[in-house]
Amino acid sequence: MTPQSTFMITATVRVGELKNLRALLASLNQEEIPGHANPENDLIPFGKFDRLHFARFVIIEAKTAHEITAFGVNPRPWRPTLAFLGDIDGDRVSFLTQLAEHAASGLKQIFSYCEDFSEEDSDLLEWMKRHNVNQQANYVNWIGRTVKQIHEEAALHQSLSAYLQQIVDEVGRENIRQLRQKLLSYVEMEKHKGRLTLTPPEPTPAGWKTKNLAHKFGVPLILLLVSPIFLIIAPFFAIRLRMLERSDPELFIRTSREHIKTLTVQEDWDVSNQYSVFGDVKPGLFRLLTFKFIVFLTDYIAKHIYNRGYLTRIKTIHFARWVFVDNNHRVFFASNYDGSHESYMDDFINKVGWGLNLLFSNGVGYPTTTWLIKDGAQREHPFKYTQRRHQLPTEVWYKAYSGLTAVDLARNSRIRQGVENRQWNDAELREWLSLI
Amino acid sequence: MNKTSNFEFDDLQGLLRFGHGKLTDTCFMLLNIADVNAAKQWLSAAPITNASTTDALPDNALQIAFSVEGLRMLKLKESVIEGFSDEFIVGMTGDESRSRRLGDVGDNTPSKWEWGGSETAVPHVLLLLYARQGELDHWRTTVEGEHFATAFHLLSQLPTQSINEIEPFGFVDGISQPTIDWMQKQSTDIHERDRYSNLLAPGEMVLGYPNEYGYYTPRPLIDPQEDRLAAELPDAEDEPRLKDLGRNGTYLVIRQLSQDVPGFWQFLDKEAASDADRREQIAAAMVGRKRNGTPLIEQHIPGVAAEDHGNNFTFDLDPKGNHCPIGAHIRRANPRTGDFPPGVTGLFSRLLKILGFAQAPEEDLIASSRFHRLLRRGRSYGPVLSPKDAVKPDAPAGDRGIQFICLVANISRQFEFVQNAWMVNSKFGGVQNERGPLVGHRKPLIDGQSTDHFNRPDAAGTMRTVCHLPQFVTVRGGGYFFMPGLRALKYIAATPANGRDSAS
Ligand code: HEM
Repeated sequence: MTPQSTFMITATVRVGELKNLRALLASLNQEEIPGHANPENDLIPFGKFDRLHFARFVIIEAKTAHEITAFGVNPRPWRPTLAFLGDIDGDRVSFLTQLAEHAASGLKQIFSYCEDFSEEDSDLLEWMKRHNVNQQANYVNWIGRTVKQIHEEAALHQSLSAYLQQIVDEVGRENIRQLRQKLLSYVEMEKHKGRLTLTPPEPTPAGWKTKNLAHKFGVPLILLLVSPIFLIIAPFFAIRLRMLERSDPELFIRTSREHIKTLTVQEDWDVSNQYSVFGDVKPGLFRLLTFKFIVFLTDYIAKHIYNRGYLTRIKTIHFARWVFVDNNHRVFFASNYDGSHESYMDDFINKVGWGLNLLFSNGVGYPTTTWLIKDGAQREHPFKYTQRRHQLPTEVWYKAYSGLTAVDLARNSRIRQGVENRQWNDAELREWLSLI
Repeated sequence: MNKTSNFEFDDLQGLLRFGHGKLTDTCFMLLNIADVNAAKQWLSAAPITNASTTDALPDNALQIAFSVEGLRMLKLKESVIEGFSDEFIVGMTGDESRSRRLGDVGDNTPSKWEWGGSETAVPHVLLLLYARQGELDHWRTTVEGEHFATAFHLLSQLPTQSINEIEPFGFVDGISQPTIDWMQKQSTDIHERDRYSNLLAPGEMVLGYPNEYGYYTPRPLIDPQEDRLAAELPDAEDEPRLKDLGRNGTYLVIRQLSQDVPGFWQFLDKEAASDADRREQIAAAMVGRKRNGTPLIEQHIPGVAAEDHGNNFTFDLDPKGNHCPIGAHIRRANPRTGDFPPGVTGLFSRLLKILGFAQAPEEDLIASSRFHRLLRRGRSYGPVLSPKDAVKPDAPAGDRGIQFICLVANISRQFEFVQNAWMVNSKFGGVQNERGPLVGHRKPLIDGQSTDHFNRPDAAGTMRTVCHLPQFVTVRGGGYFFMPGLRALKYIAATPANGRDSAS
């Protein structure tokens, strides 16, 4: 199995260069589809990198920085920052090396709009490594599912479904054993002709395996050890939490229509969309530590529990990550999800409102919660306003498998399993046929 | 909280409570305001029908709604207009991104519409007249009175025709509607509504009342200290200091949807190799009901009267769509889902579901229905053409369709969500690249995958697939309107025509 990893290269944009940088980044996009990368563009031919799932360039601006003044705190300065992020198969360094090899001139052109980068003397790879920011939590829809696998399985599904259409009338719908036999021989034939490939998974890297195991058992062990301390502080935590929840200012600020427009022109072209938000952590150590602890737990459960197609009740997120920046004063969140923005948010409110509240209620502008999990997102309009207000448009967004949702990917994998594991009873066989 | 006895039905326009089904003759007028003073004069005297019941059924009805441009023409302050939702202010066609979301692309593109196709083409006023058979002309003369011709410019009169509750493809329509819980007896708490219920909080359909989240949808509230005229408006329940311009009002969404009736039946006839029974079967699978309205699923669910055979079901027992395809029109339009997927019996199973465990891969893909319901009030138009005649090669052409109207308190969460996430979405509920069989366009996905299919899952395993499905329904017009309560209408009519931003 090939585990996934991430990169996020950030650098401050040079003063006065924001507009030029935006124009350059726009040249990576398809002409008619705002914000959507042309996979074959000259600067960074995303489509050539067969380990790359998603990528985006976003300029992180603190447009909502003033909101923290409601807490009686002065906004911290923030300079517009370019972030280049992606989700990849295998490890980061080898991917960045590939990037530096095959897209050096494009990347150099882009990064030359950033401070402390000059096209002539910088070692691009070293510079990128130095400017990489690690996330505090990362969610991968299906750990181990590679881009290559996704493409192979999509091709398998397509070819099987066309063939099934052809043969079903002549074989008969009820003749399921014969249908299977024909489909399987067809796959063999197509493989033989080189039109289908089903590459077996790579062995799991030993280092990753050990680290993953140590994390899986180490974290609960440590938590168990420190649990007496948690018990002691629990009442104080509860009192302080309720005090803050009662006293924190509630910001009911409507998002401007221009802002919504800059976001929506980029949405709903494909079956998936991108989402980036940026905001301040509420002032005070209490909020920061609570935030960090919950994000830490999220990372744990995403790695070890929710790594098979669903994040609690949500099956529409491909990748998501939480990144603390500006010395833990600010948080950046990025995700790639299926469906429209409105349905993403409604799904969230109804299915995992409690989870959202846990994760984001320590951010400035979030609607008031009760006991950290109640209310909050269920206050529909304050919630919808705040999440749009803090959202950033993307400059460039790339998805390696447009037209496919996470549910499609899971289905295609099940179809492939059906081809490879041949022990079936009738019910399983019918189920498999119904997927094609 | 028993509120029914004093629910302000006399301040509500009748359409929110009644479909005026017995008033078979209708006339939907698209108006622009020609003379503001005359318009205000006409408005203040207009016999708008309210929602209180009378002993005898009324002989006629009149309802009115305004677009944002209409409200501006009538000099409603910009600061008040800002209290309406973005969708209403921007309009159905004011933003290409919205059109893309609603599936108004290709042949549905607003620039090809007959009316309402651009921001400036949206009529100011939508006037809906209803009368008993043969009495419409008389009612119209009464309604118009003397100032009408000076006040308004008639842009067009939308065709409508009563064909006995049967829409042009030949299906009984108007069977399923949400029931409004006027008494607010049912809890909206997310922890108490595991299962589908047809009963809906008034705030989902009427502004100024708690919605299914238990909150008040934002709407224009006015400080009576600053605006004396507002004193006559109802109080805002959630902000007692302020007056509520939205209360007892709602948003009205209208779309003129033209239906290619011969195209529909001829395609199905070919697909069924001219076997009339098979043709009906495929058509029923696409709608989710037989032509006489019988649902494809038999079941009894709590909360729906036993004699309401047409609605006594959910799709819980048919998760794969073997009886009613996932992609069927009524399953997309109202998936009848609860807050949780089926199977919550106790605390433990609830916890498992909340955490997403113990689920089949295709389970729980669809949002909870109660946040996305529509109160439909449309009428069909065009000459009747039965399926039997429609399949003939010489079937008479004709302009047929539905003036689709729905009333909602939140355009984006209700109408736009249903249209986008449920109707035209090629991945709804896990379907494989197919859009709504009746109302969807057929444009391919951006990677070129086609979407012109309709799949019928089958207990045998292999799905039955209809390929190369043409587009049967084309959008010809539409817009977002505000249908005010009666006191709000008085306020709008009374606003001085010379503008008030500086005055008062
Ligand atoms: C020309 C286009 C359309 C036709 C021919 C059509 C036809 C029908 C028919 C025959 C029914 C079943 C009767 C019933 O359950 O009341 C129905 C139900 C329904 N339709 Fe449509 N419809 C059209 C467009 C739309 C659109 C555009 C929407 C929404 C965006 C919509 C929403 C609904 C809803 C919500 C139901 C009730 C479903 C339920 O509660 O079970 N329809 N339609």
